[in-house]
Amino acid sequence: MGHFSTRLQPNHPTDDPKGIAASIIEGLLYGSGDAVIGINPATDSPATVMTLLKLIDSLREQFAIPTQSCVLSHITTTLELMNAGAPVDLCFQSIAGTEKANSSFGISLALLDEAYAAALSLNRGTIGQNVMYFETGQGSELSANGHHGVDLQTCEARAYAIARKYKPLLVNSVVGFIGPEYLYDGKQIIRAALEDHFCGKLLGLPMGVDICYTNHAEADQDDMDNLLTLLGVAGCNFIMGIPGSDDVMLNYQSTSFHDALYLRKVLGLRPAPEFEQWLMKQGIVDQKGDLLPVKASHSLIKATNYMNH
Amino acid sequence: MGTELKHTDPLSSLKEFTPARIGIGRVGNSIPLAESLQFKLSHAHARDAVYSTLEVEALTARLKTFGLPVLHLHSRATSRQKYLKRPDLGRQLGEESVAELNDYSGDHDIAIVLADGLSATAINEHAVGLLALLLPILTASKLKIAPLCLVEQGRVAIGDDIAHALKARFSLVLIGERPGLSSADSMGAYLTYGPMPGLTDESRNCISNIRPQGLTNKPAAHKIQYLILEAFKRKLSGVGLKDNAGLIGS
Repeated sequence: MGHFSTRLQPNHPTDDPKGIAASIIEGLLYGSGDAVIGINPATDSPATVMTLLKLIDSLREQFAIPTQSCVLSHITTTLELMNAGAPVDLCFQSIAGTEKANSSFGISLALLDEAYAAALSLNRGTIGQNVMYFETGQGSELSANGHHGVDLQTCEARAYAIARKYKPLLVNSVVGFIGPEYLYDGKQIIRAALEDHFCGKLLGLPMGVDICYTNHAEADQDDMDNLLTLLGVAGCNFIMGIPGSDDVMLNYQSTSFHDALYLRKVLGLRPAPEFEQWLMKQGIVDQKGDLLPVKASHSLIKATNYMNH
Repeated sequence: MGTELKHTDPLSSLKEFTPARIGIGRVGNSIPLAESLQFKLSHAHARDAVYSTLEVEALTARLKTFGLPVLHLHSRATSRQKYLKRPDLGRQLGEESVAELNDYSGDHDIAIVLADGLSATAINEHAVGLLALLLPILTASKLKIAPLCLVEQGRVAIGDDIAHALKARFSLVLIGERPGLSSADSMGAYLTYGPMPGLTDESRNCISNIRPQGLTNKPAAHKIQYLILEAFKRKLSGVGLKDNAGLIGS
């Protein structure tokens, strides 16, 4: 039987720790978060990123959750924090497929090498040393005017070649975030997502897709439902889990906690094995993997109380 | 059966800590119908905002009460479809608009531009209210304000062309931001010292999320005033100019 995972994405418009914790706990109770619990911070301030890293880390330790955490700050911020001893499971960076586009992201291969070495040196892996999380998406080279006349898909595949060098745990194509000047409608977003998934498989990457769209694209949640099923059938590794599909910080729509449950049910897919065991132990799912009703007295819900201070 | 099918969410008590759609419950594994319909309604509002248009006549009438000339300009994007597909055209001023501006070129400190951006709704609803607070503060600081410019199919950088044509020393662009599912009327303010064609985002300061449920007009006006005065004092804007206005009690 195959497996299918999710990144739990508990973003908050002002990085409020209690608000983020509420979304994390809700996601866990829906069986989300086996790929990673990953927060996009609203600000790249090192102090905020540190607070959020500690928040997920303490929650993960307290409940012995078999997953990893990530705060998706710029790699220079993460590097600075790693040097200060922050609990960084996964080092994040957006990457592109040309040198010029990567410069517009403020990165170079040398910088990636440095961050990779720093993340490895933390030695936090218990069953592996895959310490990088990359995000990509067709169009970033065109947006940075760094495409050299090469098509979107080829540029994107070049980004995967960069990713592969660093043995990442996760690579995620944020396919519909770029906007309609690059991918105009639902049809183009669906096509690009399947292209990305295909190239990721060819290059042997642990690829997932952020099935998403912005409100100025000619797309809606029905397009995402279609893409969700297409990618599930095509053997996609992971998608995003966001409360009600609505990212209230990044202002775009992706997939909900419920969406992943649907796909697992319809295609007979299970969460990562150790995470599924944890879900059963917590009384969140039964032996068949079906969700159990949650009681207000569940210890995870009470966990938000300690965040009052 | 109905009572067993629908599971309410014990986390609804935590909703006060986040605007995220938590605690929505489930029917089987799916989002309950009421929430699904609510989501579609929110998306429809966001889509409407993208395709909303500036209420030029009404805005002009209200802006004229400030005692400044009001100009009606257009970018080189001739339709909303064009605007969405070709960001470069939305950053450039149409030829007729350039000619019109030349008549008003002169000794101005600040060019104020109101552009539809991705939500004309935001400008229709919030821009005049903000200016009613801001303009008296600016004129009290002895700053000379150029004619107010209303721009259709405009992006942020069009303010550079406008201010350059007016020979203004500073540009303030109020523009409709990309609508979120729960914020279709969010206005942004972009501030640029020494505006000229070809500048990019690192030359600007941005104040985002100006709307009644976000940053309200009064603190927004104070932040804008603070940044304008600092920019004139230090002769720069953008990454070199930090927004410390929050420190003066907001």
